[in-house]
Amino acid sequence: MLLIRCPYCEEERPELEFRNAGEAHIARSANITGESDDDFEKFFFIRSNPKGIIYERWRHMHGCARFFNAVRDTVTDKFIMTYKAGEPKPAKVPGVAK
Amino acid sequence: MSGAFRIPGAGRLKQAKTARFSFDGQSYAGIEGDTLASALLANGVHLVGRSFKYHRPRGFLSAGAEEPNALVEIRRDAARKTPNVRATVQELYDGLAAQSQNRWPSLAFDVGAVNDIASPLFSAGFYYKTFMWPKAAWKNLYEPKIRAAAGLGVAPDQPDPDHYSARYAHCDVLVLGGGAAGIAAALAAAETGARVILADEQAEFGGSLRFESGAGIDGQDGFAWAQAAVASLKAMDNVRVLSRSTAFGYYAQNFVGLVERVSDHLQNPGRDLPRERLWQVRARRVVLATGAIERHMVFADNDRPGIMLASAARTFLNHYGVAVGRNVGVYTANDSAYAAAIDLKKAGVNVAAIVDLRDNPTGPVIDEARALGIEINFGRAVIRAGGKLRVSSMTVQPKNGGGERIIPVDAILMSAGWTPSVHLFSQSRGKVAFNDETKRFVPGAYAQDCVSVGACNGTDGLSATIDEAYAAGAKAAKDAGAKVAKGTKPKVDASESWSRGMLGAAPGAGPNTTVKAFVDFQNDVTAKDIRQAVHEGMRSIEHVKRFTTNGMATDQGKTSNMHGLVIAAETLGKPIPQVGLTTFRAPYTPVTFGSIVGHARGPLFDPTRKTAIHPWAEAQGAVFEDVGQWKRAWYFPKAGEDIHAAVDRECVTVRKTAGLFDASTLGKIEVVGPDAAKFMELLYTNPWEKLEPGRCRYGIMLREDGFIYDDGVVGRLAPDRFHVTTTTGGAPRVMNHMEDYLQTEFPHLNVWLTSTTEQWAVIAVQGPKSRDIIAPLVAGIDMSDEALPHMSVREGRICGVPTRLFRMSFSGERGFEVNVPADYGQAVWEALWAEGQKHGATAYGTEAMHVLRAEKGYIIVGQDTDGTVTPNDAGLDWAVGKRKTDFVGIRGMARPDLVAKGRKQLVGLKTKDPKVVLEEGAQVVADPKQAVPMTMIGHVTSSYWSENCGRSIALALVADGRDRMGETLYVPMPNGTIEVEVSGMVFFDEKGERLNG
Repeated sequence: MLLIRCPYCEEERPELEFRNAGEAHIARSANITGESDDDFEKFFFIRSNPKGIIYERWRHMHGCARFFNAVRDTVTDKFIMTYKAGEPKPAKVPGVAK
Repeated sequence: MSGAFRIPGAGRLKQAKTARFSFDGQSYAGIEGDTLASALLANGVHLVGRSFKYHRPRGFLSAGAEEPNALVEIRRDAARKTPNVRATVQELYDGLAAQSQNRWPSLAFDVGAVNDIASPLFSAGFYYKTFMWPKAAWKNLYEPKIRAAAGLGVAPDQPDPDHYSARYAHCDVLVLGGGAAGIAAALAAAETGARVILADEQAEFGGSLRFESGAGIDGQDGFAWAQAAVASLKAMDNVRVLSRSTAFGYYAQNFVGLVERVSDHLQNPGRDLPRERLWQVRARRVVLATGAIERHMVFADNDRPGIMLASAARTFLNHYGVAVGRNVGVYTANDSAYAAAIDLKKAGVNVAAIVDLRDNPTGPVIDEARALGIEINFGRAVIRAGGKLRVSSMTVQPKNGGGERIIPVDAILMSAGWTPSVHLFSQSRGKVAFNDETKRFVPGAYAQDCVSVGACNGTDGLSATIDEAYAAGAKAAKDAGAKVAKGTKPKVDASESWSRGMLGAAPGAGPNTTVKAFVDFQNDVTAKDIRQAVHEGMRSIEHVKRFTTNGMATDQGKTSNMHGLVIAAETLGKPIPQVGLTTFRAPYTPVTFGSIVGHARGPLFDPTRKTAIHPWAEAQGAVFEDVGQWKRAWYFPKAGEDIHAAVDRECVTVRKTAGLFDASTLGKIEVVGPDAAKFMELLYTNPWEKLEPGRCRYGIMLREDGFIYDDGVVGRLAPDRFHVTTTTGGAPRVMNHMEDYLQTEFPHLNVWLTSTTEQWAVIAVQGPKSRDIIAPLVAGIDMSDEALPHMSVREGRICGVPTRLFRMSFSGERGFEVNVPADYGQAVWEALWAEGQKHGATAYGTEAMHVLRAEKGYIIVGQDTDGTVTPNDAGLDWAVGKRKTDFVGIRGMARPDLVAKGRKQLVGLKTKDPKVVLEEGAQVVADPKQAVPMTMIGHVTSSYWSENCGRSIALALVADGRDRMGETLYVPMPNGTIEVEVSGMVFFDEKGERLNG
C-alpha cells in the first residue's frame, strides 16, 4: 500500500484513503462548444499513459475530500511530489532529470 | 517413551512432557517442543506423503518452511481441517491428529502411483499435449477427471469457525528473520531507542544456530545466546518481538505483511484467541536477515523417504534429539554436510560413508570426520538411491564413470550448497545480481529503504555476519532518525566454516539420461523435464518455469530454483546471468484466506444500509431486495400471495386509492451558496436560473461525453439553496462528479455541497387519495392545487416535525414525497400509514414502483440507459436547455456519432399476445427469417406485467425507434419468436390527467 502526502492535510496517509482521478493538467475549455471535434477528442479521450513520470489527479476521498495533483513514477509507483489543485505544473520535479 | 530414534542426552527438548498424537490413525508419542516432523522421525516414520504428479512415496526433505514433501492435513474437528500443513513447521500438541494426503487407498499402497510407471505420459507440459483428442472427451472425461486428481490436499467443506485478527503497526526498523544476523541487527537498532520490530517464522529464535553446534557467541552456545539476546530485546519498551510470524509479502514503501500463527500450536486454543493475526507493518527501514536455504543433490531417485538435507538431519539431532537413521550415508559437494556427519557420529549413529563430489577438498571438518573414522570418498557421486518406501542403499561411482559400489544405508544426508533467500528482497522490487565467483544470486540494486544482512546477502561466516548485521541495524536506526548510541557488539567465539557447493544435475542425471532426478519435489519436476522444456522451444526461464511448473505453487522455488536455472542454462548453452532468475512472488509461504479476510466476513463483509422505516417494513413481512448496499422493501405479500399477486394488488391499489412507498434511499445533495444556480446550470442540462423558489424540476446530468449519467427531481428552496435528488445507486458518484467540477473546473463559484442522503427519510404518498392522507397531519402548508401545484416544494411541519414536502410523482398519480429528519422517519410513516388505512391505501415496494413508473414511460437511469444513451436517445430533448451555452456534456452531445441517424432510441413495445411478458435484455430484430447470427437492432430494457393496463408492457432501445411507430418487430427466444409492435413509451393515462386527479 502506498503512502500519499495530501497537500491540504499536509500529512502522509495510506492509499486506502485516496482515489485516483485520472491525468492532471487537462483543462476544460471555457468555450467548450467552440471546440473542434479533434480538439474535443484530445481533451476528452486522449491520455499520455507514459512509462515514467506522470502528472495525475487524486482525491483524498476519506479525508479532507479535496482533489489535488501528484507527480508519480509509473515504473516504481513512487510519489515524487503532490501539490494543490490549480497550482501550475511544476517546472522542476525533485530527483528527475529534465 | 517418545520414540525409538530419540537419543538420550541429545537435543534441547525436556523429556518430561509427553504429547500423544496420531498420523493416519496410528497413535504415537512425542515431546512438547517437537514439530510433527521431529516427532514422527523419533518414531522412525519417514514415509509421510505421496508426490503431486507421480504419487511417489515421499519423506521429509527439510526441517523448516522450505519443506516441499511432508504436507499433511491437520484435523481438529469436522470444520477445522487444514490441508497442506508442512509437518516440519507444525508444532506438536497433545491430541494432534494428522492425515497424509494425495494417496488412495493408503500411504503405503497408492493406486495413483501408476502415474509413476506411466510417467512418459506425464512429462513436462503434459497437460498441453496429452488430453487434446478427441475434442468431446475434454468436457466429459479429461476435465472432470483431471480436476478430481489435481491439486494438493482437500479443501475444507465447512465454514471456517475460527476467527482471525489484524493489527497495523509502524516502526523505525523492521528486522525480518531472527537468526544471528537478525538478532544482531535488532540489538544495534534497539540500543538507539528506535522503535524496532523483530519477527521470525519459528517458535524460537536462532535460525541456523538451532543446528550449528560449532557456534559460540559472548561465551555461550550460539542458540543459548540467541535466547538470551531475544529475552533482553523483549524487555525493552521500544521493541516488539514476534515469533511464529512469517513475513509473506513485501509491498510498496516498506509495507510488509506478516502472519502470526497465534494458536495452531495449542492443544485447546480457547475461543478468545484468534487463530492467526495479520500484521501490516509500515517501517521506515527494513533489515532483511532471511538466511539461506540448503540445496539438495540432483541424482536418480533422490526423493526416496530417508533422503534429506544435511542441515535438516542436524536440526533433528541437535535441537530435537532425534536420529534420522541408524546407518546414514552422506552425499555432498560442500563442507556443511561434514558437520552433520560429525554430529551424528558423535551421537552414536553409524555413518556408512561420505561421498564428496569434490576432488581433494581440505579443511578442519574433513580432518575431524576422518579422525572420527568416517569413510570419505572424494571425486565420487551417488548415482542412484535404492529402496522405495524408504531408502535402502546408495550406489556410488567415480564421478567420471567406472565401477559401481552399493552401500546399504537407511538415510542419505545431502548438501549441494546454500541458496541465499532473496525472496523478500526480490518482492521489494530489488534486482538480484549474480556473483560469478560464489555462483550465487545476491541482492544487487535496491528499490526500497531496506538492507540485506548475513546469509541472505551472501555473507559467509558468523563473525562477518554479526559485524555486517550489527552495523546495518545501527545505520537503519540512524537513517530512521534515531540518535547514535554506544552499544556492545556481540562477540563471536567460534563459528563453522562455509564453502560453496555445486548447481544443477549431479553425475548420472546429466543430459541424455532418463532417470528421475528431482529438481522440484513439490511439483514433481525432474532434470530431464527442464531439458525437455528447452528442447521443445522454451527459451526464457519464465517459460521454462511455466511449462514444467518448476518453482511454482507453495514452494516458490526455495530448494529448486537454482538447480532448475542452471540445468536450463546448460541446455541453452548460455551463462547463468543471461538466463536470469524468475520473479519471486508473494506469499513466501502459503497464507490462509482467513488471515487476509480477518473480521470482514458474514455481516461485516460489506456494510448493510437500512432506512429508518426498515423495522416497520420488516414487521409487515416485506420481502427485501439488495440495491447497492441498501436493503429495500421489494413487495409486501399478504397471506397466500406470491410476488405477482402482491405486485398486481399494490399497483392497482395505488391507482385506485393510494400507496405509501419508502423512498429514503434516494440520493440527496444540498447545493447551497450565492452561485448555486450557476453551478446547477453547469452540472445539469436544464435551465435553473429562472426556476422560482418553491418549484421543482426534473434534472438530467450528463458526463462530459454527452451521455446520461444521472437524473432526479430538484427542488429550489431559496434563491441560493437547491435540494437535489439522485438515483439510489448513483448518489456517491454524483457527489464525486459535482465535487470534482466544483473544486477543479469551476472553483470560482461560491457553492457548498453537502450529502444529505441519510439525513432525510422520504415517504412517497401516491394516488388519488394521497392529499387526503397527508393533509390532516400537515401544519403550515397550504395543500390546495393552486398553492401547491404539481412539481413544487414547501417547508412546514408534519406530525409536529419539520418537513420538506414535495408535490411530485413517480407513478403518474397525484403524489407527494414527504421528507422528514431521519430520526422521525418511522414515526411519521406510522402516522401516515394510520391515515392511509382509513382510505384503503397500501404499502408498496420497489417492484410495484418499477411497474407504475414503466406504465408512465418514466425511465430509470442504469436500467433503461446504459452509459451510451443521450437525452435525445431517451426522448428527453425537452429537458435540455436550448438557449444554454455551457453545461457538462454540451460539447460531447454534439459529437458526430451522437447526432447521426440510426441511433438506438427508447420506445415502447407491445407484444401482439398481451399475455406474453418479454424478457429484459432480450434482443430485437426486424426480420426473424434471416440467417443466424441475425442483425440485432435493439434490446428490451424494462418489461412487466401491468395489471392496470391488463397487458404486458415493455421499454426498449431500438435503432431509429421513433420512426418505427406501429411497426412489427420480432424478439427471437429459445422457445420461439415473439411478435411485438413499436409504441410510444406511455402506456397509461397518456394525457397525464391523473397528476391532478
